[in-house]
Amino acid sequence: MNDRSVAQRPAGTGDPGARRGVPAARPDSEAPIPPTTEAEQNAPHVRPGDRIFRGLATGSGIFIVVLIGAIGLFLLLQAIPSLALDQVSFLTSREWSTGDVNNMRYGILDLLLVTVVSSAFALVIAMPIALGIALFLTQYAPRRLARPFAYVIDLLSAVPSIIYGLWGLLVLAPVLTPIGEWLTGALGFIPLFAEGNVSIELGGTIFTAGIVLAVMILPIITAVSREVFDRTPATHVEGAIALGATKWEVVRTTVLPFGKAGYVSASMLGLGRALGETIALMIILSATNAAFGWSLFDGGATFASKIALAAPEFNDPRSAGAYIAAGLVLFVLTFVVNAIARAIVAGHKEYE
Amino acid sequence: MTTETADLNRLATPPTFQSVSGARKFKNGLATALVYLAFAVAIVPLVWVLWTVVQRGLPVVLDADWWQKSLSGLLSRQQGGGVYHAIYGTLVQGLVCGLISVPIGLFVAIYLVEYGGRSRLSKATTFMVDILTGVPSIVAALFVYTLWITTFGLGRSGFAVSLALVLLMVPVIVRTTEEMLKIVPDELREASYALGIPKWKTIVKIVIPTALSGILTGVMLALARVMGETAPVLVLAAYAPFINYNLFDGPMASLPLLMATERNNPTQAGFDRIWGAAITLVLIITLFNLLATVISRWLAPKTK
Repeated sequence: MNDRSVAQRPAGTGDPGARRGVPAARPDSEAPIPPTTEAEQNAPHVRPGDRIFRGLATGSGIFIVVLIGAIGLFLLLQAIPSLALDQVSFLTSREWSTGDVNNMRYGILDLLLVTVVSSAFALVIAMPIALGIALFLTQYAPRRLARPFAYVIDLLSAVPSIIYGLWGLLVLAPVLTPIGEWLTGALGFIPLFAEGNVSIELGGTIFTAGIVLAVMILPIITAVSREVFDRTPATHVEGAIALGATKWEVVRTTVLPFGKAGYVSASMLGLGRALGETIALMIILSATNAAFGWSLFDGGATFASKIALAAPEFNDPRSAGAYIAAGLVLFVLTFVVNAIARAIVAGHKEYE
Repeated sequence: MTTETADLNRLATPPTFQSVSGARKFKNGLATALVYLAFAVAIVPLVWVLWTVVQRGLPVVLDADWWQKSLSGLLSRQQGGGVYHAIYGTLVQGLVCGLISVPIGLFVAIYLVEYGGRSRLSKATTFMVDILTGVPSIVAALFVYTLWITTFGLGRSGFAVSLALVLLMVPVIVRTTEEMLKIVPDELREASYALGIPKWKTIVKIVIPTALSGILTGVMLALARVMGETAPVLVLAAYAPFINYNLFDGPMASLPLLMATERNNPTQAGFDRIWGAAITLVLIITLFNLLATVISRWLAPKTK
């Protein structure tokens, strides 16, 4: 937008000398700065301030790009020596013992499964509720109350995750215990609801963790969906109303088709958040040595909670490297999920 | 017989306005009920969590000692003491993180809005900011661990925590600042250029002051967000029950770290400390949120 403003400006009235010689049509492009000749150095309008400022701004942009690369690189460099010491397959083993550095046996299979299952369970709960809230805030709530209501939903994301974790284990879990016992009793023949490998009474199950996670990712899914639903063209909505559609039919025929991609993208963002959630899960999930058995009433650890539990005892770089390798997998996982979320929206110009 | 009378009563053409059929009314009502219900369902955990924190923590923090003393020299089962050492750690780590993040975030946003245009670097930066937004806090902590502790050989300290928080705070600041800079009208920039003002001065003196209230609001909200982060303090700082003013050396407490540590304390004193620290943390976060609101009211561009 300011491309235009720059292009319309008469030459030499404030544009720094840096861009002289670049066609006016693309003054802000990343064209290399032409080498300054002596005549240009004597020109009255060269302003070092402009050059420095532009350099700082561009440098910060480059810094962000380099930073992401550095995160991947540093984690990889620290993980490789430890991976070389691993006595079992890193990707398919369920063991995790890093105490003896001469005989480290660790694999991420269980961590991956617990992480994915708990996040997916959270997503299954959060998606319909977030959709309802986003519709409520954009279509149903009285106009004057929509903003305060949205603020209340955003407050959910302001609560620190450690408080969610303590609340989940100490307050919510006892309430969920009867529900869990009923589910394992009545629907126990389904593997998902089978008796787990940790005690239901203590509540440190994926079931509890998933519900707490769902609460934690509600605000992000709601916020992004709400923004997209708000951009539904008024003409579509008015057209539907003019045809005699009820409120729900208006939503179903205009808002939902328009916002579907945005909603899916928002859910992916929520999934990314759930995959990386650390402290709440560290507090809630009961540790267990038993393998993950595809039940919601299993315990175990996710990537993040495993790392956080061991973090205070990081002393030997070789055993720490095992956890860094797990962190690298988590980084790649969230990177992919977030990139997909972004790619979904990038194909929709109408959301801009 | 009956069919004949029905035929006689039927209109030759269907009426222009038909009433909504029962099934459609039912569906509409059901959808409305579900949508209202979804909102109500989301309010339940919020109220429940806050009520738990207030009910369990309020009696603890009403003691003046809580704000003026540390836990130095107290046994794990001894009542009393306070958390000013942890409050200090939380605030200082957060503020130092803010001091580093704000300039970086501001310049990235300026680059994206004022200089980047549609260049390849600009697109890459936008993408990377999105990715950075999604980086889990534990990964940020591990990265700083590999950089600060294993590569540079420096010890765990409050400053390492600040560095990890920078990774989490920068994308938030970039996002809000970018939005704010975008809504500054181009006419203001053009008027400034027409007076012969260089671009950088236009940005510093015209664009940023116009967007300032929004930017500061975003900074306050981002600060409130990072102060509650637990994963970085767990990986990068050791807990101390006493005050440590030095950000660069030695163990340093912070409220989340204190809660994580006292979780292993099964006594009543431990219980009180956890929930006292929880409500203190919530109060600090609320304070920064309120500050954000006040700033946005106070510094909002005068339109008259």
